[in-house]
Amino acid sequence: MLRAYAICIYIFLYLPISLIVFFSFNAGKYAMSWEGFSIYWYGKAFSNPLIMEALRTSVIIALSTAVLSAIIGTLTALGLERLKGWLRVTFDALIYVAIMVPGIVIGISTLIAFVSVFDLVNPSLAGFGIKLQMGTWAVIAAHVLFNIAVVALLVRARLQGMDRSLVDASEDLYATPLGTFRQVVLPLLAPSILAGFLLAFTFSFEDFIIAYFVSGPDTTLPIYIFSSIRRGVTPEINAVGSVVLLSSFVLLIIAQAVLRRGERTSRA
Amino acid sequence: MRGSSPRMMALSMTKTTRPKLVTALLLAPAALFFVFLLLVPLTVVLIFSFGERAPAGGYLPAFTLQNYMDLPARGKAFFNTLTLAPLGTLLTAIFAFPMAYFLAVKVSPRWRVAMLILVMAPFWTSQLLRYYAWMIILGNKGLPSWLAIVGITDVRIINTPWAVLIGAVYGFLPLMVPPIYVSLEKLDKRLLEASADLGATPTRTFFQVTLPLALPGVATGSMLVFILLMGDYILPQFLGGGKVFFIGNALVDLFLQSRNWPFGAAVSVALVAIMFVTIYFYMRFVLSKTDTRRAALV
Repeated sequence: MLRAYAICIYIFLYLPISLIVFFSFNAGKYAMSWEGFSIYWYGKAFSNPLIMEALRTSVIIALSTAVLSAIIGTLTALGLERLKGWLRVTFDALIYVAIMVPGIVIGISTLIAFVSVFDLVNPSLAGFGIKLQMGTWAVIAAHVLFNIAVVALLVRARLQGMDRSLVDASEDLYATPLGTFRQVVLPLLAPSILAGFLLAFTFSFEDFIIAYFVSGPDTTLPIYIFSSIRRGVTPEINAVGSVVLLSSFVLLIIAQAVLRRGERTSRA
Repeated sequence: MRGSSPRMMALSMTKTTRPKLVTALLLAPAALFFVFLLLVPLTVVLIFSFGERAPAGGYLPAFTLQNYMDLPARGKAFFNTLTLAPLGTLLTAIFAFPMAYFLAVKVSPRWRVAMLILVMAPFWTSQLLRYYAWMIILGNKGLPSWLAIVGITDVRIINTPWAVLIGAVYGFLPLMVPPIYVSLEKLDKRLLEASADLGATPTRTFFQVTLPLALPGVATGSMLVFILLMGDYILPQFLGGGKVFFIGNALVDLFLQSRNWPFGAAVSVALVAIMFVTIYFYMRFVLSKTDTRRAALV
């Protein structure tokens, strides 16, 4: 009984995804009426300059977000360990607020705060030929905010599970604090940092709603997909989607493998 | 007070202040982000919510409560969100529980994690494309036309609350299963045996032992799903099709179409306030429940 239920759930979860991949090989012009096998749309998608430009923007945003969040998030987790009292409570609260405030509100608040500041300073900057506006950088900033919190929580969990005696041993052997950090702490934290990096990358690459508000004139891949779904889809979008689906699957599996290997080594 | 000479004082000073400096440097980047991308923007939203709409759209400084009094104009969005988000969360938990139970209890340890990852994976792939696929499946050329072949006609699913609920279960099941799985996996199997030995029926064991012990996992999962559903935009946009809209859809409309920033700000403040209050009471309820259960067990 339970086994049959589980099979139904897997079908429920994977049927829509399979449909997208299936119709990406459609020879016909319409997204959902089958007219024979073809890889025509893959070629078309990858020679469409709009799609390629959106893909490039999304990869830049996701990579920058992942690198910045992994670094700042790790620093934050390390700093929080050393913090006590009301400052610590405040910082913890901010981390949870950053995670709990809906993405759409983050997008809105970033948009109106920055646009208001730009409206104030742009007239005086005009003399220098500078005009500040929303764009890729604002998407990165808003994504980093959320992912700092995620990485900090991941790394902190690992830090708390860490064996303190290793650090003590390293200090007893006259290692400098920086040496201990580089040779003992960092290798132990590496799996959680890498997992955080991959989660941040995926989040940033998939995000639609924050980018929709703050990307200004720039177009990310989810924004492109959103507007083409509104226009009526050709299998071109299915082709792009299939490639994206495949890459996020691979990323997720790497993230999981890394996290689990980390758990095993820390137990041993 | 270890040393009295100035030199000793200075030495002990550097010893205590330098670690503090390191801590400050470690936390500075995150603090900058929290201040300039979270606290300042949220404060701006709060200030804007008391302002007036500029004639061409945007914000005009003022102090008025009018935007909050106008909230009922978007009452439908609040009503839909506040009914469908909790309902969607509940349904997701109901569908996720047997799945988590299956993975934690029935599957051999060798395959457990792989099968769990298979459940989680869809959440990390394009939300847009997955809901788009459901738009086609539930659309008039999808499921209803297949049902018509069997003789069931005039079924409309897309753009109804049902479509949004199906989408919610589909979209958030991958997020709900793992925390329930974790709490069930930790469950001591001897408790179940003891319950059976003492003559409890399987049903009774389930309701009196398994379910209460799995409650923390259900609570964590429900919280995650509830937070994401409350602020959702794509799900109601695609499967509600402008008929079943959430607060998120109202916000996109207010900020990007009608450009009524102050009113939009008031709607955002209301959304965040409702979320925080709900989560606060929910946590208090869950904590009191789990504590009494634990006490009763001891």
